[in-house]
Amino acid sequence: MAIKSLKKQGSDLSNSKRQLELLSNGIFANGELPTFKNKISESNQFPLKAKTLEILQVNVGYMCNQVCEHCHVDAGPDRKEIMTRETMQQILDVIKTTGAHTLDLTGGAPEMNPDFRWFVEEASKIGIKDFIVRSNLTIIRANKKFYDLPDFFKKHNIHVVSSMPHWTRGKTDKQRGEGVFDMSIKALQELNERGYGMPDSNLKLDLVYNPSGAFLPGDQAAMEKDFKKALLEDFNIQFHNLFAITNLPISRFLDYLIASENYEDYMYSLVEAYNPAAVKNVMCTNTLSVSWDGYLYDCDFNQMLELPVNSKVKHISQYKQELLEGRNIVISQHCYGCTAGAGSSCQGVVA
Amino acid sequence: MSNTYYDPADLKKFGKISEWNQDLGDKFFEYYGKVFEEGALSAREKSLIALAVAHTEQCPYCIDAYTKDGLQRGITKEEMMEALHVGAAIKSGATLVHGVQMMNKVNKLDG
Repeated sequence: MAIKSLKKQGSDLSNSKRQLELLSNGIFANGELPTFKNKISESNQFPLKAKTLEILQVNVGYMCNQVCEHCHVDAGPDRKEIMTRETMQQILDVIKTTGAHTLDLTGGAPEMNPDFRWFVEEASKIGIKDFIVRSNLTIIRANKKFYDLPDFFKKHNIHVVSSMPHWTRGKTDKQRGEGVFDMSIKALQELNERGYGMPDSNLKLDLVYNPSGAFLPGDQAAMEKDFKKALLEDFNIQFHNLFAITNLPISRFLDYLIASENYEDYMYSLVEAYNPAAVKNVMCTNTLSVSWDGYLYDCDFNQMLELPVNSKVKHISQYKQELLEGRNIVISQHCYGCTAGAGSSCQGVVA
Repeated sequence: MSNTYYDPADLKKFGKISEWNQDLGDKFFEYYGKVFEEGALSAREKSLIALAVAHTEQCPYCIDAYTKDGLQRGITKEEMMEALHVGAAIKSGATLVHGVQMMNKVNKLDG
C-alpha cells in the first residue's frame, strides 16, 4: 500500500495534464477504441448538458488520515489543500439563492477540516436538509477529538456514506491500509448504536463498494445482499444501501493500471460495458463540484483532472445559475467509468 | 497467424464464432447466457462452479473469464481456491476410483 501521495512522491501522474494525455493517446488515438465523445454521439447524447442544480458536492480538502491504493483524489496526511471558512461562507451565500437541496461533503476526510462542524451548522441554519458526509469511518476512531462525530452526525441528521471495499479484513486492509477494517467495524457499530443504518431508521447509513483491482463492480443488488449477510452474521452490523462504484482511470488508480499492465484491458472492459441508458443520469448533469479553493467543476473527477466547468463562471464567488445551467459538460475517456454497466455515481447505479 | 496456440486477445473474439454459423452460434450464446442467470442456484454459486470446471477443463480463456467474474462478484481468493480443490478432488477421485477396476482385474488374473 502507498504511504505517500503521488504528489508527494513527485510522480509524473500527479500532473493532471499528463493523465489527460494518457487517456487520449494510444488505443483512443489510433481508433482501436472510440473516444467517449464519439461513443455518446452514436446515441445523439453529445454534448452532455447540465440540468438544474440539485446537489452541491463540496470537497473541503485533500487531507486524509488514510492513503488508499486507488484514491482518485490522491488524498493523504501529506496533502495540505484545505478549504477556508471564507470559501465556505461563499458557498453558503450561493446555497441561499439556489434550489440545491443536497450538500454533499467530501475530501480527503472532510471531518479533518477544522471548520467542518461550523460549515454544517451554518448550512443547517439556512435550511439545508439533506447533508451527505462521505466519511471514511476510521476518522471517527483516529483521534479523541473525533470520537463524538457520530453524535454530531445524528444531531444534524447527516446522511453518512462510507467506503467499505469488502466484508473481509484481508481485502479491505489491502486496499485501504492495515487496521482499517477493524476500525471501520468499530465505527459502524458506533453508528448503529446511535440508530444509524437500522431498519426503518431515518438516520441513513449507506456503504460504498469499489473494486479492489482492475475489474468492474458486480451487480449492486447482489453485492448488497452479500455485504448485509456477512456484516450482520459476523459483526451484528446493519446498514441501508450499498452503492457499487466503478473505479475511474485517473490518479492513483490510473497509476496502478499502468504499473500492473492492466490499463488497456481495463479500458476495453469499460468501453464494452458502455450503457447509453446510464448516460442520461450521470451525476454531472445535476451536480456541481466545488474544490477546496472554491473553483467549480462538473464532478469530483474533473476537479482532480483540473478540467474546469465550461462557463464564464469559474468560481463559487461568481456563481450565476443562468450561466451554469445548460452548460456543456467537459468530458474525456475517464467518463466511461460512469457509464459502464448499470452506471456509476456517488449515489450508486444510475440505470 | 499467431505462433502460439492460445492468445488472451482471442477471448474477446469469442462472439465471432457466430459469423460462420449464425443460427447455432446465436442458440449457443442464448443458452449460455440463460445458464448463468440467477435461478435455483445463485449467479455467485454458478460462477464458482464455472471456475472449478474451467480448471478441470484446463481452458485458459475460461480461467481468465471466471477469475475476473468472481472478483467482480466479491468472491474471495480463499473461496476460489476451495472451489478449485473441489474440482481437483473429483479429478483425482475419478482417477483413483478406477483403482477398484485395477484391483478387480489383478484379483481375477492373479488372485
